[in-house]
Amino acid sequence: MAAIYILWLRELKRYVRSRVQIVVSLGQPALYLLALGYGFSPVFKKAGAGNYLQFMAPGIVAMTVLFSSVFSGIAMLWDRQFGFLKETLVAPVSRLQIMIGRTLGGATVAMIQGALIVVVCLCAGFRPTGWFAIPASYVFVAMIAIVFAAFGTCIGSVITEMQGFQLVMNFLVMPIFFLSGALYPLRNLPRALTWITHADPLSYGVDGLRGVLIGSWQFGFTLDMVLLAALAAAFLCAGAWLFSRIQL
Amino acid sequence: MIRVENLTKTFDKFTAVKSISFEVAQGEIFAFLGPNGAGKTTTIKMLTTLLKPTGGSIELDGMNPWTHQKEARQRFGIVFQDPSLDNDQTAYENMELHGVLYHVPRKIRAERIEQLLNTFELWERRDDYVKTFSGGMKRRLEIARGFLHTPKILFLDEPTLGLDPQSRNQLWTHVKNLNQTERTTVFLTTHYMDEADRVAHRIAVMDHGAIVAQGTSAQLKQQTGTDSLEGAFLALTGTSLRDEAANSTDRMRQFAAAWRGGGR
Repeated sequence: MAAIYILWLRELKRYVRSRVQIVVSLGQPALYLLALGYGFSPVFKKAGAGNYLQFMAPGIVAMTVLFSSVFSGIAMLWDRQFGFLKETLVAPVSRLQIMIGRTLGGATVAMIQGALIVVVCLCAGFRPTGWFAIPASYVFVAMIAIVFAAFGTCIGSVITEMQGFQLVMNFLVMPIFFLSGALYPLRNLPRALTWITHADPLSYGVDGLRGVLIGSWQFGFTLDMVLLAALAAAFLCAGAWLFSRIQL
Repeated sequence: MIRVENLTKTFDKFTAVKSISFEVAQGEIFAFLGPNGAGKTTTIKMLTTLLKPTGGSIELDGMNPWTHQKEARQRFGIVFQDPSLDNDQTAYENMELHGVLYHVPRKIRAERIEQLLNTFELWERRDDYVKTFSGGMKRRLEIARGFLHTPKILFLDEPTLGLDPQSRNQLWTHVKNLNQTERTTVFLTTHYMDEADRVAHRIAVMDHGAIVAQGTSAQLKQQTGTDSLEGAFLALTGTSLRDEAANSTDRMRQFAAAWRGGGR
């Protein structure tokens, strides 16, 4: 337990100490929120779909949590490059504990980032159905954070070179975000896109957040929750297995 | 303390370590010398559970490190060829993290961290981030960290690479002292013959994956009819240059250079 705690704490310390990074990593979602939220608002309203900012804000929260948690896993590349990973790999502690400490640390950081972007959304004019909805939505923020931090750990265990990082960003993380329904409703899409969006794990996280925050559900609480929990378990197991196989 | 028999490591078709055997007694300082690519680091990696041997046997303090990984890891400390500190934490935090990972009880941990940081003259800088440290300070911190959990064996893989003579001198003084006061067995590799001559009780010379000679410094000189360890080393391993396979750090540097160079 102590090993898990100290590695979790390390992730948190690194986060709190990199103030510039905190601002930078909130910049992108804030830009999406303001530029797209206000920009598409007239079209959205004309289509009779209501207030676009209200619609997309939960999606932006999901985006922030997604990016932050995947990055924490990929940050293992830096630890590999600067050698710290070795220090943990020769320690008399099981790989599982090391992996869990790192992953939970990354997930915690992502949840803090999520809380900060909720504040940004509120400032931008987003209003949830009730104030209680914000703490309630944290169930889904936590699920998204764990699923994707574990996913990031899987990737971080497999890729060993910096080139891999761009590859992951362009071919995994961005598609996961764009195909998740964070920016547009998943109804009445072309059939192929419907299939793809339904296969995207983040779709269920976005749906859960949107459901809790503005009362608009597509898949429903139970399906969202069960799927995310199953994915979290699957990615944690896969991450533990891949992490245990790292050779230096 | 360390017993190795017919240890072999093969990568695809290349044999990096060819059936080597040696023993290191408790409290001994044992130096592993050899040109680049001789198989020193591969040997250390196998001894420290980072790499699975293809053949042969290893015994650390009477146990097989591969089948008793946790117990073996608790018993040794290692200072890697390249840094393995967390640059974004302070010197103290790096020590603390190590102490927790190695199950050093809280009270002993605090005492020992203070003692070791004092020994390696880093106590004043304990609350500074490691990224602000010089190369020599980082090395000292790594070695201090290696001693924290009172290992029975300390592996040092080229610990003085890139250090100035003052730092090297001081570092070996500390290592020798701790070897005497704590009876820690030290297994080291180095390219500096004078260091091996000065600190090591016994020396093994490795070349092309095999041990070509081992004994005390005097024995090696006598065996080759030379009057310096450097002379003995060259007599044993020849004077041709060796190529070493690029590691991932080198590859990354090349990658970075390619980006900066813009197609040069």
